[in-house]
Amino acid sequence: MRKLLFESVFRQPLTERAPSPDDAAVAELATALGQSARRRLGRSLSIREVDAGSCNGCELEIHALNNAYYDIERFGLRFVASPRHADVLMVTGPVTKNMREALERTYHATPNPKWVVAVGDCARNGGCFAGSYAVVGGVSEVVPVDLHIPGCPPTPTAMLQGLLALLERADAGAVTS
Amino acid sequence: MPSLIDLTLEGRKVGQYGPWPRVAVDASVWIFAASELAHGRWSLLGLWGEPATVHMAIMDGQTAEIAVVSLECPDRTFPSVGKHHPPALRLERTIHDLFGLSAQGSPDARPWLDHNRWGARFPLGGRIDALPKAAPYRFLAAEGDGLHQIAVGPVHAGIIEPGHFRFTASGETVVRLEQRLGYVHKGIDGLMTGATLARGVQLAGRTSGDSTVAYAYAFSRAAEVALDLAVPDRAVFLRALLAELERLANHLGDIGAVCNDASFALMHAHCGVLRESVLRASAAAFGHRLMRDIIVPGGVSRDIGNGGAETIQATLDNIRLRFPALVELYDNTASLQDRTVDTGTLKPPLARQYAAGGYIGRASGRSFDARRTLAYPPYDVLRFDVPVLSEGDVNARVWIRIREVEQSISLIDQILSRLPEGPTRKDVPLGGEVREGMAIVEGFRGDVLVWLRLRNGLIERCHMRDPSWFQWPLLEAVIENNIVADFPLCNKSFNCSYSGHDL
Repeated sequence: MRKLLFESVFRQPLTERAPSPDDAAVAELATALGQSARRRLGRSLSIREVDAGSCNGCELEIHALNNAYYDIERFGLRFVASPRHADVLMVTGPVTKNMREALERTYHATPNPKWVVAVGDCARNGGCFAGSYAVVGGVSEVVPVDLHIPGCPPTPTAMLQGLLALLERADAGAVTS
Repeated sequence: MPSLIDLTLEGRKVGQYGPWPRVAVDASVWIFAASELAHGRWSLLGLWGEPATVHMAIMDGQTAEIAVVSLECPDRTFPSVGKHHPPALRLERTIHDLFGLSAQGSPDARPWLDHNRWGARFPLGGRIDALPKAAPYRFLAAEGDGLHQIAVGPVHAGIIEPGHFRFTASGETVVRLEQRLGYVHKGIDGLMTGATLARGVQLAGRTSGDSTVAYAYAFSRAAEVALDLAVPDRAVFLRALLAELERLANHLGDIGAVCNDASFALMHAHCGVLRESVLRASAAAFGHRLMRDIIVPGGVSRDIGNGGAETIQATLDNIRLRFPALVELYDNTASLQDRTVDTGTLKPPLARQYAAGGYIGRASGRSFDARRTLAYPPYDVLRFDVPVLSEGDVNARVWIRIREVEQSISLIDQILSRLPEGPTRKDVPLGGEVREGMAIVEGFRGDVLVWLRLRNGLIERCHMRDPSWFQWPLLEAVIENNIVADFPLCNKSFNCSYSGHDL
């Protein structure tokens, strides 16, 4: 183990430069964020991930955000274990009827101010599962959505762009209001 | 001892999937098959419904013969297989939830996927309105002094799929675990009905995100069996390349994640880097990190990109360089071994009874690997070992993955060095009236079975059976007498799919 740790002192870090925030996402956000809410958060967001019916593809890429290449924590973004600790809910999947109540309860368990980020094509409108007897549809049919990150699944870079946009808006709000 | 061939002679043959027959049988043969399963002479590969029929796929473990037996259910009932052979229980509950066909004599008639939220009962059979008020789900009892219950989920603490676990514990020791699944049921069986093959393979590839290649592979092969279509050689090899890249990425991720659940973050970080390198190579070669929508009926939708083979080769070289040090670290860290050795032990007889596939079966002495046992091309001409252990603990499941990482690297080498030239896709004929097909493909988690029936080129029925169906119940068994804190470790070492199971 010592050898492995020692090596990593000399190897170049794998972590990559931050992507620029997604313009489309910024525009979407402009209307979404309340001024007073931003002030309290500073440059830090705690994220609770909720799988509301996804195929697990989005979860794999959300996991990747934690690896050394993307290292999401350097931006002050952190995944937490409970909605009660969260500022942001990242919701994936077409919301299934069997998960609807769990998503609602998770949302209500999250303290204000809070934002909901819908991740993936299914989360927008149910994607290829829309119309099924077992599917409600997109996330916005169940809880209000502030930002949508498209993709099947979105790449970690796309998710990082979206989240950075959220962070910048929160930050800008804190300065200007 | 009757062979599967004898059994199939008892019935009326109604289909042929390559070497595998489908026969219509009567109730007595159906019950006979169930008792043969119960006696361990055959393995259950799948049990699924149609509005008025039930089908059961069986394999003779000795000869690797496979057959599907079908039973008409004019009075909407069929003799329970689960009564004799417990692995069938959840499948029968599902058949009842979706089609309204009830398993007579079943010891467990509780709903499974139906949480009374769909607004209807039996959505794929004789659809009727839902009950006005849901009866609370009855968890199995565990009685004794000082027992307490811990309810977990459906929303879990980690970034994982939703499901409910009900633990009954005595102090720290788990007395009983009961799972409640179905939260991510999307009705994929229903969406398949009437769909084109193009939409069908898209849905198949979104059944379980980590196995998107395996599902598209199995679905496409089932469709090709139905249509009697041979895919070009180059596509055959490219498919195996995709499948091995998927296996490699998932195993690397899992090895790190198991260690992470024992609070050993260093392994997780390094394995995460290797996993990411495979996903990036996949994106460079095939344009998508998870290689979604590449395998389609008739071949593959895109050839390997320029420089793709070189990128994959460079990635493999790097893994060959870095992985051995991680394996050594895993093997020589006493605090980690203390958590994984002798934890969550799955006894070989239980693995055999449930016909558990993948690393779960192979860590508990069951050598089945569809690539070897069924030897579908191109695996019939590639050299690889199927690692098998018999300890059945978390450690064994990690070691099977480690060995399979090495095998996948060698397989990818072989595939790249002998990749044939030529076209990668064939036009898919519409096919005559009614065609049926079935295929079994080895995903990273185990064998994925897809059965489908086409009518005039459209999907009339399609059933996909995830390996998790026969692995989830075993997790309930292995956690007994382990401490609650070891559950995440056991669970991750199984890494069953929720979405693939819930469909």
